[in-house]
Amino acid sequence: MLNAVYQLKRPRQFELVFKDISFDEEHIIVRPTHLSICNADQRYYQGNRPEEVLKQKLPMALIHEAIGRIIYDPTGEFAVGDYVVMIPNLPSEEDEVIAENYLRSSKFRASGTDGFLQEYVVTVPDRLVRLPEGINLTVAAFTEIVSVSYHAIDRFMKTAHSRRNVIGVWGDGNLGYITSLLLKSRYPEIEVYVMGLNESKLNDFTFADGTYLVNEIPADFHMDHAFECVGGNGAPRAINQIIDYINPEGTIGILGVTEDLAPINTRMVLEKGLRIVGSSRSGREDFVNLVELYKDKPAVVDYLENIVGEQITVREIRDIARAFEKDIHKLIGKTIMIWDK
Amino acid sequence: MKESHVYGVILAGGTGTRMGNVEKPKQFMDLGGKPIIVHTVEKFIMNPEFCGILVLTPKQWIKHTEDLLRKYVPKDDRVEVIQGGATRNDTIMNAIAHIEKKGELLEDTIIVTHDSVRPFVTHRILEENIRYAREYGACDTVIPATDTIVESQDKQLISNIPDRSLMYQGQTPQSFRAKHLKEIYESLSDEEKKILTDACKILVIKGEHVHLVAGEESNIKITYPYDLRVAEALLGGM
Repeated sequence: MLNAVYQLKRPRQFELVFKDISFDEEHIIVRPTHLSICNADQRYYQGNRPEEVLKQKLPMALIHEAIGRIIYDPTGEFAVGDYVVMIPNLPSEEDEVIAENYLRSSKFRASGTDGFLQEYVVTVPDRLVRLPEGINLTVAAFTEIVSVSYHAIDRFMKTAHSRRNVIGVWGDGNLGYITSLLLKSRYPEIEVYVMGLNESKLNDFTFADGTYLVNEIPADFHMDHAFECVGGNGAPRAINQIIDYINPEGTIGILGVTEDLAPINTRMVLEKGLRIVGSSRSGREDFVNLVELYKDKPAVVDYLENIVGEQITVREIRDIARAFEKDIHKLIGKTIMIWDK
Repeated sequence: MKESHVYGVILAGGTGTRMGNVEKPKQFMDLGGKPIIVHTVEKFIMNPEFCGILVLTPKQWIKHTEDLLRKYVPKDDRVEVIQGGATRNDTIMNAIAHIEKKGELLEDTIIVTHDSVRPFVTHRILEENIRYAREYGACDTVIPATDTIVESQDKQLISNIPDRSLMYQGQTPQSFRAKHLKEIYESLSDEEKKILTDACKILVIKGEHVHLVAGEESNIKITYPYDLRVAEALLGGM
């Protein structure tokens, strides 16, 4: 079957190509319904990746956050019409120690292999998780980024020492919102403070125990551990500020992506005996656990609804570009493409 | 409320006379390793709304078509290969007669008729055809005309140049309430039937409404060798 694939040919230019899908007994076909734009997609769209990376990876279909409906399933795992979240990480081997999202052999959608911006997505049952009935589909669309926070928190909890009275989260964007929300929802006993640059954004973190503008953090504020959810140019400053405020032997979870190297105060890392935990992407287990959390704590889904931004119905290629352009100018929030292509 | 029956009706009546020196009907030409008609049938199979998918082909090609579908397409009991008619509209009427024989020609039974040589039809186009046929009774897939259309009555002089902004190029699918289409068609005189090369026109000349569905530039009809080259380029992403 000829499948329409919407690839980014070069920055700001999408192009339609068709790729043949062959049917077999193992692969499921999903019709994407709601797709969410991530900053990683924007870096390709705007051409903010190094030239050699663009040259190597494009043309490629973007989007690694998406849900869809089962159209064809020869495996019997799902029913036609089921809503599923699609897992973008594509492992080709299993390792009893290393998680699937850190295996160098794994591929990732919209990063070297086509993302979900397609008429149909062909995948295996293992890369799909059934969504709870009646879930808000625009929230479900960005389950992937929420699973990244879920995964980061799990890793962090395995590493951080047991005194967890206060945790700071740096970043008042989507990732900061999601990480602090999950942290507070999963561990209500922990006091969660959020640091950011924009007061009006911080005002939306109503579930947190407190928020501070980064230049107004009280000198006597201390925390046991922290998450960095800033990324980009602001990441070095955020990490160094965390190093200043964190208690000795604290753990810093780093989630923000930077294109450039981040100089950090290693002297203080050493003096305080800090641990730094990197975290990237997520795996099936994180998706499954997160969907369970959505079922158990529907309030999490309600809070996440607050960061649903523009919803753009995509019927033509230019609607895709329109969604990306609108996404660039947003203050906060996830831009959702409702797929009608 | 139970949704109406929807049948896919794939018209594979072409004998390939326009395909240069190629001997096989054009729906059997290879595109990306599979016959064109296989790609088209697969697109219909992907839509769970179809309760039946009828492939209509000249009698001598029925077995060949069945063999190809068996070879390439996952087994699907909804697919049946039946004999087409002498003209496009006869073929559609054969499909309707087949549905009637099964006792499923109800007031709201929908047929989505499609050229077998338009394998690039999209999920969205098929869905909208079903939706609009349900809502409005009939619909036709079109794209805005890009070239100016020139009319000539005598093949020598221009008799009219219609406003391009009002012109569309017809594609397929064309979708209808099958029972109503049949009734209207049967009410036509033989003379009227002769000039009808297009199923939508059956309704239009009787003053019936036919809704537009937005097609796609890529939803091309593979008629000439040139089209096959374009199709291969679309498939290769070149």
